[in-house]
Amino acid sequence: MKYLHLVWAALLRRKTRTVFTLLSVVAAFLLFGMLDTVRAAFNAGDQLAGSGRLIVSSKLSIIEPLPLSQLTRIQAVSGVKEVAYANWFGGTYQDPKNFFPNLAVSANYLHVYRDRFALPAAQRKAFADTRDGAVVGAALARHYGWRLGQQVPLIGSIFPRRDGSNTWSFQIVGIFKAKNPKLKAIEQTFLFHWKYFNEGNAYTRNQVGWYIVKVADPAQSDHIAQAIDRLSQNSGHETKTETTHAFQLAFAKQIGDIGLIVGGIMAAVFFTLLLLTGNTMAQAVRERIPELAVLKTVGFSNRAVLLLVLAESELLVVVGGVLGLGLAALSLPAVNAAAGGQIVLPPVGVTTWVMGITLMLAVGLVVGALPAMRGMRLNIVDALAGR
Amino acid sequence: MTALIEIRGVAKTYVRGKQKVEVLHNVGIDIAAGDFLALMGPSGSGKTTLLNLIGGLDTPSAGSITVGGQRIDQLGSGALARWRASHVGFVFQFYNLLPMLSAQKNVELPLLLTRLSAAQRRKNASIALQLVGLADRANHKPGELSGGQQQRVAIARAIVSDPALLVCDEPTGDLDRQSADEVLSLLRQLNREHGKTIVLVTHDPKAAEFATHTLHLDKGELVEPTVTAH
Repeated sequence: MKYLHLVWAALLRRKTRTVFTLLSVVAAFLLFGMLDTVRAAFNAGDQLAGSGRLIVSSKLSIIEPLPLSQLTRIQAVSGVKEVAYANWFGGTYQDPKNFFPNLAVSANYLHVYRDRFALPAAQRKAFADTRDGAVVGAALARHYGWRLGQQVPLIGSIFPRRDGSNTWSFQIVGIFKAKNPKLKAIEQTFLFHWKYFNEGNAYTRNQVGWYIVKVADPAQSDHIAQAIDRLSQNSGHETKTETTHAFQLAFAKQIGDIGLIVGGIMAAVFFTLLLLTGNTMAQAVRERIPELAVLKTVGFSNRAVLLLVLAESELLVVVGGVLGLGLAALSLPAVNAAAGGQIVLPPVGVTTWVMGITLMLAVGLVVGALPAMRGMRLNIVDALAGR
Repeated sequence: MTALIEIRGVAKTYVRGKQKVEVLHNVGIDIAAGDFLALMGPSGSGKTTLLNLIGGLDTPSAGSITVGGQRIDQLGSGALARWRASHVGFVFQFYNLLPMLSAQKNVELPLLLTRLSAAQRRKNASIALQLVGLADRANHKPGELSGGQQQRVAIARAIVSDPALLVCDEPTGDLDRQSADEVLSLLRQLNREHGKTIVLVTHDPKAAEFATHTLHLDKGELVEPTVTAH
């Protein structure tokens, strides 16, 4: 700690340059904080809940439907406790831009996901009793100003009605919240009866997008998944049974490999940061060669000079990085608010902080290494003579 | 008087590109404890090289240098750095103060390598600044001080860890006559009243007059007669 003022003094020697370098580090880690949170959000889901649920979907593609006739066969598999099913509807509200997840679900869907959805019993009953009833997430209701009892039309961009119209009308009978704050994103969802969808759509009949299987013993999940997939082996509707988490990842990958996209962006950002900060550090040390020579003259060892320069680069990157991640943490609620509930990003998580701090230390080490080595190898006589 | 510094058969050769340049040949001197020695000679005569060897900033290509009974030419870079920290104070022509630090913090610099507490470091630095007459400028940065004042801060830094030896390379080379005389008087005071052994490299005969002895170097060799007493 007694050397800290030396490190600060070195950083403050060229204030403007240090401030601009610091800002670039802040920007890089702000971006890292936000993008890694997006990646974490895509990787969340039942990994957090550990709920013992399996998803059965078509082996060919996630968008390939499965026959409803498989329901009873899946229910009969040993270890299966309950089976629900759902269909992606893909409707929009008033304008194609007003897009949110909307699913046609079986009557027991909310029961299978009872650890996720907080819905008052009266509203749950109203949903069960209302043919065109819909339950919506609180964030979604807030965003569009929907109230209980309101009729809401959705435009079925994939599934038109039998009468040729694209407009599906629903009555809002329930507004649910997420029981787990980490799964806040489900408050963007719009759920309605699969039966209403099945009867009303012009294209499909008695087909479901995927089954949700609640198992009695999560430890038996692998065994049960294999048994379910064996049911449809060599048929025209082979299934792939996986955990909810794996299914969600596969679903998200329809947009793209989020991890790869985030990783690619961050690699470019940090590569630029390395060049920029590395150049700044090299320049800063080059300018201070006589001062480092003075330190050695008065008795600082080669190692002490090496550590001082490394501390300087570490301090610069860590201060900038913590500010950047802190800003990301502060701005995420604002992003969520600005998105009006369309995006619900979780707070910057511990993993992101740990990864961020590790990155800061690594970047500080890499950008400081060469200048620090130069300082360490400095020949006092040559440096004092300006050679 | 006992010799504090014994230099025997010292040579120094530098390699510049493909050329070998022998800067010092077979130099031998004894410098007594408490001496104030001026090293004079034309540019390129090897004065600064010899001073650097005495101060442990460089090592000889041949010969031996013993300071206070210790062969410093045999020390590795780490041990030599530790030796410099506790045995030598340096004063340079261009002061070489750290521009971002106050006079007080500049003077404290060598004490960072000791086990002294922060309060003790502050106290010792204040005493050193008082000794050079700059106690009231402790919080000023080098850029806010005149050349003569900066050189006095550099002297305070050189003496703060109470070394027996001060090596001064053209300490008045960048100063006007009055400031130069003040700095030289201060060095003489440190020599006479505090018993510091001082080796001063200078071009200036007036500066050399402050020393008790003068040695002349030319083309890397001591010129006879070797000692001029003042």
